[in-house]
Amino acid sequence: MSTNYYKKRTLPFFDVYVDDGYTVAGPKEKDGKYGDCFDLTLTDDTFGEKTFEHAERKMFSHAIDGVISKANLLTKDVDAIVGGDLLNQIVSCSFAARAVHTAYLGLYNACATFCEALIVGGAMIGRGMENVVCVAGSHFSTAERQYRYPLELGVLRSPVTQWTATGVGATLLTSRKEGVAKITAATTGRVVDFGIMDTNNMGAAMAPSACDTICAFFEDTGSSPDDFDALFTGDLGKLGSEILYDLLAQRGIDVCDRHVDCGATLFFDSQKTYQGASGAACSALVFNSYVLSNFRSGKFKRILLAGTGALMSPTTSFQGDSIPAITHLVEVRA
Amino acid sequence: MQNEPITQSNYKQYVFEKMPKSAHWKNMFWAFVVGGTICTIGQGFIELYKLWFSQQDASVLASATLVALAALLTGVGVYDRIGRFAGAGSTIPITGFSNAVVSPALEFRSEGYVYGVGAKMFQVAGPVIVNGVTISVIVALITLIMNAI
Repeated sequence: MSTNYYKKRTLPFFDVYVDDGYTVAGPKEKDGKYGDCFDLTLTDDTFGEKTFEHAERKMFSHAIDGVISKANLLTKDVDAIVGGDLLNQIVSCSFAARAVHTAYLGLYNACATFCEALIVGGAMIGRGMENVVCVAGSHFSTAERQYRYPLELGVLRSPVTQWTATGVGATLLTSRKEGVAKITAATTGRVVDFGIMDTNNMGAAMAPSACDTICAFFEDTGSSPDDFDALFTGDLGKLGSEILYDLLAQRGIDVCDRHVDCGATLFFDSQKTYQGASGAACSALVFNSYVLSNFRSGKFKRILLAGTGALMSPTTSFQGDSIPAITHLVEVRA
Repeated sequence: MQNEPITQSNYKQYVFEKMPKSAHWKNMFWAFVVGGTICTIGQGFIELYKLWFSQQDASVLASATLVALAALLTGVGVYDRIGRFAGAGSTIPITGFSNAVVSPALEFRSEGYVYGVGAKMFQVAGPVIVNGVTISVIVALITLIMNAI
């Protein structure tokens, strides 16, 4: 790369390598489209624990340990862990980090947390750290009771709803010149709010922010969609993806033929999730399984991953506030 | 709307036109069938209990039986499946109320019996009880005044 810096919001990264990824996915995700790609899949979403919160925590522990051992490292070799989840006070990730005695940064940007972690982790590698674990995930049953209703409550779901994915994905970033890919640039998102109030319709709330960050990346770097094998977005869902196409078309950008929304493609239509999956797990699962395996096989040379997050809480929604959204983007090359 | 640019000000309208609509007729059909079935079962219990009890006692016993059955179905994870397609058909009858109390009680058992079950049991049904009691008092007062006049 010739330039030392891009414009404004996009930062170039040098010598930030993706050593490997590790994924832990729930039973419904196992039956989904990427089912064969995950490292560890659960047959029971309690993971042998008494509560779903403990299960989510255990998934984080397994993902962090998994990616460290996959890279033939020991826990003491890891300089830092950065990541987060959807629960209040980011408990799942923080409690899992308790077992690993190393520097830890807990992050929250809702479902954009994984991309946020890659950006923060990449920056830490750039400042001299050798190994940083970036991790994010979510659990359907813990998120459902925090954001919506009890599991056994019989309610009719709106056709615009998405299904929170159960899973955790961890990536080991390293400064050593090895691994399957490298992170070469990142665009940090702005908080964008187009006034959507319906908490079921997250795709519509997040699409304008996705458009904003994707356009910023193309403008700042002077690149175009044709330069990339694929553009992955986090969890816009089917409706959100179509809105994104309309919004990008207005700016003269066409990504339809190479866009993949991790959430919209996680489940089969027969799994009845309406608009697809949502949750911090979407981008973390798909990136660390499907995307990295395609880099390994040489099919992908250069891709974009844009994590999308809706930044509301049940309190703000009940108080009548609209849904602010954010999108962080990273460029990954072979 | 087709050729008009999408801006922050017309975005809500654009999304509303683009989003898939609820299948109202299908939802109403299933609500009618399931709601009707629940009420028919209830009537069946009333007729059954009338063999041994008075009309009034039979009605109360039938309601209690439906509540117990719905609680059982919630506990074994069936009621939410019915609710997923029946909507108001399984929410409005007394069985829906049972489901609304039992489901948070099950869910928050992990936080113990005081801060979990005790505190969260009426999370969903609470507003119904509060508003129901308030409105019934208002209606009673209006009736009292009307009768006095």
